Amino acid sequence: MEISVTMNGTARTADVEPRMLLAHVIREEFGLTGTHVGCDTTSCGACTVLLDGSPVKSCTMFGVQADGHEVTTVEGLAGADGLHPVQVAFQEEHGLQCGYCTPGMMLVGAALLERNPDPTDDDIRWAISGNICRCTGYMNIVKAIQTAAKAKAAAPAAATA
Amino acid sequence: MATEAHEDQAEIRGIGHSVKRKEDARFIRGKGNYIDDIHLPGMLYMAILRSPFAHAKLNGIDASRAQAVPGVVAVVTGELMAQHNLAWMPTMSGDTQAVLVTDKVRFQGQEVAAVIAEDPYVAKDAVELIDVDYDALDVVVSPQQALASDAPVIRDEKDGQTDNHIYHWESGDADATDRAFADADRVVSLDTFYPRSHPAPLETCGCIADVDGATGQATIYMTSQAPHAIRTVFALVAGLPEENIRIVSPDLGGGFGNKVPVYPGYVVATAASLLLGRPVKWIEDRSENLISTGFARDFHMHGELALKNDGTMLGLRTSLLADEGAFHADAQPSKFKVGLFHVVTGSYDMSAAHVVADGYYTNKAPGGVAYRCSFRVTEASYLIERLVQNAAYELGMDPADLRKKNFIRKDQFPYETPTGFVYDSGDYHGAMDLALEKIGYAELREEQERKRAEGKLWGIGLASFTEAVGAGPHKDYDILGLKMNDGAELRIHPTGKGILKISSKTQGQGHETTFAQIVAEEIGIQPEDIKVQHGDTDNTPYGLGTYASRSTPTVGAATAMVSRRVIEKARKIAAHLLEVAEEDVEFTRPTFSVRGAPDKAVTIQDVAFAAYTNFPDGMESGLEAAYYYDPPNLTFPFGTYAVAVEVDRETGVWQVTRMVAVDDCGVRINPMIVEGQIHGGLTEGYGIAAMEQITFDETGNCIGSNFIDYLLPTAVETPRFELGETVTPSPHHPIGAKGVGESATVGSPAAYVNAVIDALWPLGVRNIDMPLTSAKVWEAIEAAKAPA
Ligand code: FES
Ligand code: FES
Repeated sequence: MEISVTMNGTARTADVEPRMLLAHVIREEFGLTGTHVGCDTTSCGACTVLLDGSPVKSCTMFGVQADGHEVTTVEGLAGADGLHPVQVAFQEEHGLQCGYCTPGMMLVGAALLERNPDPTDDDIRWAISGNICRCTGYMNIVKAIQTAAKAKAAAPAAATA
Repeated sequence: MATEAHEDQAEIRGIGHSVKRKEDARFIRGKGNYIDDIHLPGMLYMAILRSPFAHAKLNGIDASRAQAVPGVVAVVTGELMAQHNLAWMPTMSGDTQAVLVTDKVRFQGQEVAAVIAEDPYVAKDAVELIDVDYDALDVVVSPQQALASDAPVIRDEKDGQTDNHIYHWESGDADATDRAFADADRVVSLDTFYPRSHPAPLETCGCIADVDGATGQATIYMTSQAPHAIRTVFALVAGLPEENIRIVSPDLGGGFGNKVPVYPGYVVATAASLLLGRPVKWIEDRSENLISTGFARDFHMHGELALKNDGTMLGLRTSLLADEGAFHADAQPSKFKVGLFHVVTGSYDMSAAHVVADGYYTNKAPGGVAYRCSFRVTEASYLIERLVQNAAYELGMDPADLRKKNFIRKDQFPYETPTGFVYDSGDYHGAMDLALEKIGYAELREEQERKRAEGKLWGIGLASFTEAVGAGPHKDYDILGLKMNDGAELRIHPTGKGILKISSKTQGQGHETTFAQIVAEEIGIQPEDIKVQHGDTDNTPYGLGTYASRSTPTVGAATAMVSRRVIEKARKIAAHLLEVAEEDVEFTRPTFSVRGAPDKAVTIQDVAFAAYTNFPDGMESGLEAAYYYDPPNLTFPFGTYAVAVEVDRETGVWQVTRMVAVDDCGVRINPMIVEGQIHGGLTEGYGIAAMEQITFDETGNCIGSNFIDYLLPTAVETPRFELGETVTPSPHHPIGAKGVGESATVGSPAAYVNAVIDALWPLGVRNIDMPLTSAKVWEAIEAAKAPA
């Protein structure tokens, strides 16, 4: 089946089997390997991407369901003017170790800040509760998203995803 | 002598600086290079058929339907592997393990056959079409069942194996321990089961085997924490010449011990690539990871602590039953059958201890790995810290006071334990005092009294662990005969930048940053100017890899020592440039100057340039060295963790209200990274205490084969951590560091459990085995309520 997707702002098409998972379409057909797979049961969030701006687990959608939609992956987070504040903050606050959960975490964080520019600790923890991190204990992930919120507030024009 | 501009005055960001991680640049952009991201031309995909039975005779395999699927290239069975003498492989513990089954299956999830196809979906489709004829056999799912005289013999293929017993192992002095117990006023005992858990790194295991039929070169990309050891094992298993094997361990999405062993999938993929002449990729799915690869713990423990009425500890006795699964595949030093469990006397000064352990085969997955732990130190620490806490209540003492009374004092180091460890350094009272102060222990105990009066269940738990990490000295520590020593190579380029090649393999610990900081500390070149290479056996020195908190104690030491070797040569070049005798050259990084004439000076960068452009006659050009480090001793990190919990009497739900962790890992290379390691360990420790468990039903079905049954902590329930530190350097480590990656997983489970038991002790609850699910806590409360 032929699908058309706006991948990170660029119109792309692919000919995919109807059963092919969106995560695999992104990785294999579009060659964007920043989207990871960590489980078989929609439990870990490593595969999180934004579909029309909202986080979805791309291992639990078929590629064909993304037909006609906008998909943002970690590779699309940075803008023309550089890294997204969430990316900067993850490095700054040591919000990642092995890096496997990081793309999903950053995308959820970026989407959260679009809805809620000034989230509390609890807001952030609930927002990332579908994303498992085995390395960091979440402390610095929460801190990174808070730092990104502050950075966005300080420079709102430069910080839209 | 113009090299390039460098800021002589800039502070060198060596040890003690929270340098931002170099590896993050690629990870935050989605540009990591994990195993599944690697794509080779002409690559095939492998999927594995696994046994639905835990114990069953294999009568035959009919792969014709699978073979007929378009896109299937080959089906590999045990019979085919046997033709190449590859149906069995050695394990890290000197046992054998089936690669693909030929006679009978011995655990659910065991590898039965593999399909190689042009497409990963097709490979999975075809696996479903392989017909296997099994006869189910009786199943053994615990060591207690395994030791019964009428138990089915699981390893009946082994010559001379007539039962399920694997090893009997003892440590310490039985007679001295008996005497200590004879002197005791009181003996406190505890039976507890440390359940089977799984490291479950977020990335599963996998490989791409690429064997070139023309040259015999085998390049194997593999999720490996120990690529060099794996290369040697592959040479031995497959009979391939070692110089033709190259193991490349790419970015790893976590390891925690899970990525130490050799798994059958790696061997089958390599054999398939050899036979087919094309690269073969195998990536586990999550269920395969949880049901077949290295589990941890599964340890039944009995402990007895002998005490005087005043709380003085006299001795410790433990007896242990280890459930090893169907093949004895623990990855641990060969001399020690239950790893370093004999560190079980922990932080306490006592005169005698005796450890007895027996290991058994069961119909469960093999591969006892140390899940974020130095070879069963976790189990040991849990047992002693639970015993001490219960002993305090039985003696009517505060658990903090009982610990302090028996801690090895600062002036007793180096301290030899009754089982033969020589602890390098410690200040256990200092760490405990800081933890108590940070959590406000005295006030919390008062608050607890008030809450108890209101009928609330409040608890405070402590754990004061001592770990044994950094294996190790060559005379005691080897795996399959390979001494546990590690190497580092440092080469400084003409422009004053360099490359450090190390035998360890980062899985998120930040080696690319911290090891560059060690070089910076020693030679004065900034960490961003030192590239750190690891994971590729063709391009790094030999060593046994990263697990058991050994990278800093071994490779960190090798890095400091190789840097000092480079400085030795650099000093000679500096003397030549400064036109003075070598003895007259002083080095204060990054500058070499003339003793007594500090204005006459050159920098390390000047010297590097000269090493290729203007070196003295008779000297080899270049500025590089190699060093293989043989640690004189292990290192012994320690700390005290303090946890406050609130337990809901009606539901058994418990919540951590405070968690204070004071760690002493000696000198901290990068404090930011150290704290990150502790956060992660405290979370995995919480997972083990609260939810992580793999169980089996009576027929050997694995319960816990996905993240819906095998629960991992999310951000919501994970406690908020408050950290503290004391610094007691290791006296024998070149930079005084000890290793920290696992302290928190080792120390924290007992602290969480002790807090819950502290809350429930007045009800009469004495123990709950982990994980402390709310259902188990509720049952314990209900059972305590029932009239005895
Ligand atoms: S891979 Fe999609 S949730 Fe785990
Ligand atoms: S950084 Fe490793 S899983 Fe989150």
